[in-house]
Amino acid sequence: MPDQPGSNAIDVRSVRKVFGAGEYAVTALDTVSVSIRENEFFTLLGPSGCGKTTLLRLIAGFEYPSEGEILLYGKDIAGLPPHKRPVNTVFQSYALFPHMTVAENIAFGLEMLGRPKDEIKARVAEMLALVRMENLANRRTSQISGGQQQRVALARALAPQPKVLLLDEPLSALDYKLRKGMQIELKRLQHETGITFIFVTHDQEEALTMSDRIAVMTAGKILQVGSPRDIYDRPAERFVADFIGESNFLEAEVVSVENCRATVRLSSGAEISAAVPEGHSPSGRATIVVRPEHARIVPEGDGASLHGTVENVVYLGTDTHFHLRIDDGTLFVVRRQNSPDAAQGLAAGQRAGVAISADAAQLLRR
Amino acid sequence: MATAAETARAAEARDRRDRWLLSAPGLIIIFVAAIGPLFVMLAYSFMEKADYGDVKFGVFSLEGWVSVLFQRDIFDDTLGLADAHLSILWRSISLSLYTTVLTLLFGFPTAYFIATRPATTREVWVFLVTIPFWTNLLIRTFAMQQVIRNEGLINTALISLGIIERPWQIMNTDLAILLGMTYVYLPLMVLPLYASIEKLDFRLIEAGYDLYASRWQVLRRIVIPLVKPGIVAGSILVFIPSLGAYVIPRVLGGGKSMMLGNLIELQFGAGRNWPLGAAISITLMALVMVALLFYVRNVSRSGASHG
Repeated sequence: MPDQPGSNAIDVRSVRKVFGAGEYAVTALDTVSVSIRENEFFTLLGPSGCGKTTLLRLIAGFEYPSEGEILLYGKDIAGLPPHKRPVNTVFQSYALFPHMTVAENIAFGLEMLGRPKDEIKARVAEMLALVRMENLANRRTSQISGGQQQRVALARALAPQPKVLLLDEPLSALDYKLRKGMQIELKRLQHETGITFIFVTHDQEEALTMSDRIAVMTAGKILQVGSPRDIYDRPAERFVADFIGESNFLEAEVVSVENCRATVRLSSGAEISAAVPEGHSPSGRATIVVRPEHARIVPEGDGASLHGTVENVVYLGTDTHFHLRIDDGTLFVVRRQNSPDAAQGLAAGQRAGVAISADAAQLLRR
Repeated sequence: MATAAETARAAEARDRRDRWLLSAPGLIIIFVAAIGPLFVMLAYSFMEKADYGDVKFGVFSLEGWVSVLFQRDIFDDTLGLADAHLSILWRSISLSLYTTVLTLLFGFPTAYFIATRPATTREVWVFLVTIPFWTNLLIRTFAMQQVIRNEGLINTALISLGIIERPWQIMNTDLAILLGMTYVYLPLMVLPLYASIEKLDFRLIEAGYDLYASRWQVLRRIVIPLVKPGIVAGSILVFIPSLGAYVIPRVLGGGKSMMLGNLIELQFGAGRNWPLGAAISITLMALVMVALLFYVRNVSRSGASHG
């Protein structure tokens, strides 16, 4: 989509970040461009070392880009120190000030901005209520639990009403249950405050649950930006498909292409239709991806696109996974949701066919 | 047959006896070499002085304590304030405070610099700071004398640059003592400061900048409160030896600028007034105690505040 300057909360334009120099130089970000819309819950998702935290730190001002610009509502902020950017960070370690109480921590940013005393007091009370910490206002930060510290860190960063809130893997230190709760809490806070959130995580499930849009990163590059649905259903690259959810990759021959859809021939000879990533014109051999829940086990020959032998049937409570060895030798997994009346059906060693749901196959750029 | 409980009790008693035996050498040294002499000093301070030093044993007198602050008029025996003693007391306290402030001003940036170096080079810097400890205090003091004397480094440089015509008299002044003590005691400030700055979580500084604090505000609101234990420890470590300094004022202050240490030496030596010397010694100790009390209170308070 076209992006006009100023209409986005953040515009990152051709930003490169190189640490070190000479032969020790490490490129943390390799010419990254991305636009983050106002009032959006935007997630940078990728494995550790992919550059997502570097990008966040560049936006916060803790690092300066080697090349490129970073615009905040159309204004270049790449050269400003962090205390001159209307952007706040929730740190992975929370970084709460240990010599201050909960309320003093929340008030800190407002005090540094020189806001009047009554305003600070009112705002701190409002923030404490927002994160439901009213009764712990005068505790030391060392006297509260990890989950509570997390809330204080959020309240502290939200108190000065930043234009953009940056969150650096804020949930990674919490246990599973607490993390689930905080995911919903974060979404609520973003909705209530109307502030643009940029959230960094390596947890795909977290990204899918909370985000309006996700940017998938690896090796200092952004591979794909899209809604959680886009990213999951229409991965453009093998890395994206592999990193998020489970995938079956199939080698295929491109037969014809028209209007973002290609007809491809599988190894079995069956021809199916696959979606093509924007701006890509495939030809020759290509890889397509099919999610395990987008395929069904069918009797052989009965409209099946693939044929093979059942190798394993794995019962997982809500689902059953069927591992099939396709005739060309690749492994294909089909997921079926369990229901009380569903027939148990297949056993290992049996022959079966696979039907791929219409519109489920996605052709990969590489 | 001994019951199990009896055996256990016997073993416990044996343990206790062994522990006492093991600590006995240390305890004996503390009593004989430290606490004992202190009581001797306390007793001497309440006795009458003998004519050629020493005391008249068992003759009670408050004269020693009285003459810490007062002196008798030569003609009519009335008491007046001992101006010389008061000015020495004041010089000791003020020079020690100045030394503490100067070492803090010089030591803080040094310690911060060292603590922010990469782990590998940090050790080298710490090593460099500790090098002066390997040199005898007297030698270091004479080295300082070479720098500040009239024909020394500073004056020669200033004169040859044409900034001054005649040498700037630093030797035998309070400034000379201050410079000497700042130089000698600086490592005692740097090391505890370094220890506490090194423990500082630098992400807190980032958090401060992120929350709109300027460099100065980060220093004042985050760094200083968090490294306060180091500041207090360093200040005490510098203040206490400064207060009792003897060699430095002797060498750099000449006979003119005396501190408490020199006054005490004078009373036990040429002054032949042991009760007065003892009384001043105990006064000095009391001052140190006050400083330590301040330290203990400060540490326990900041300890409580960190949960």
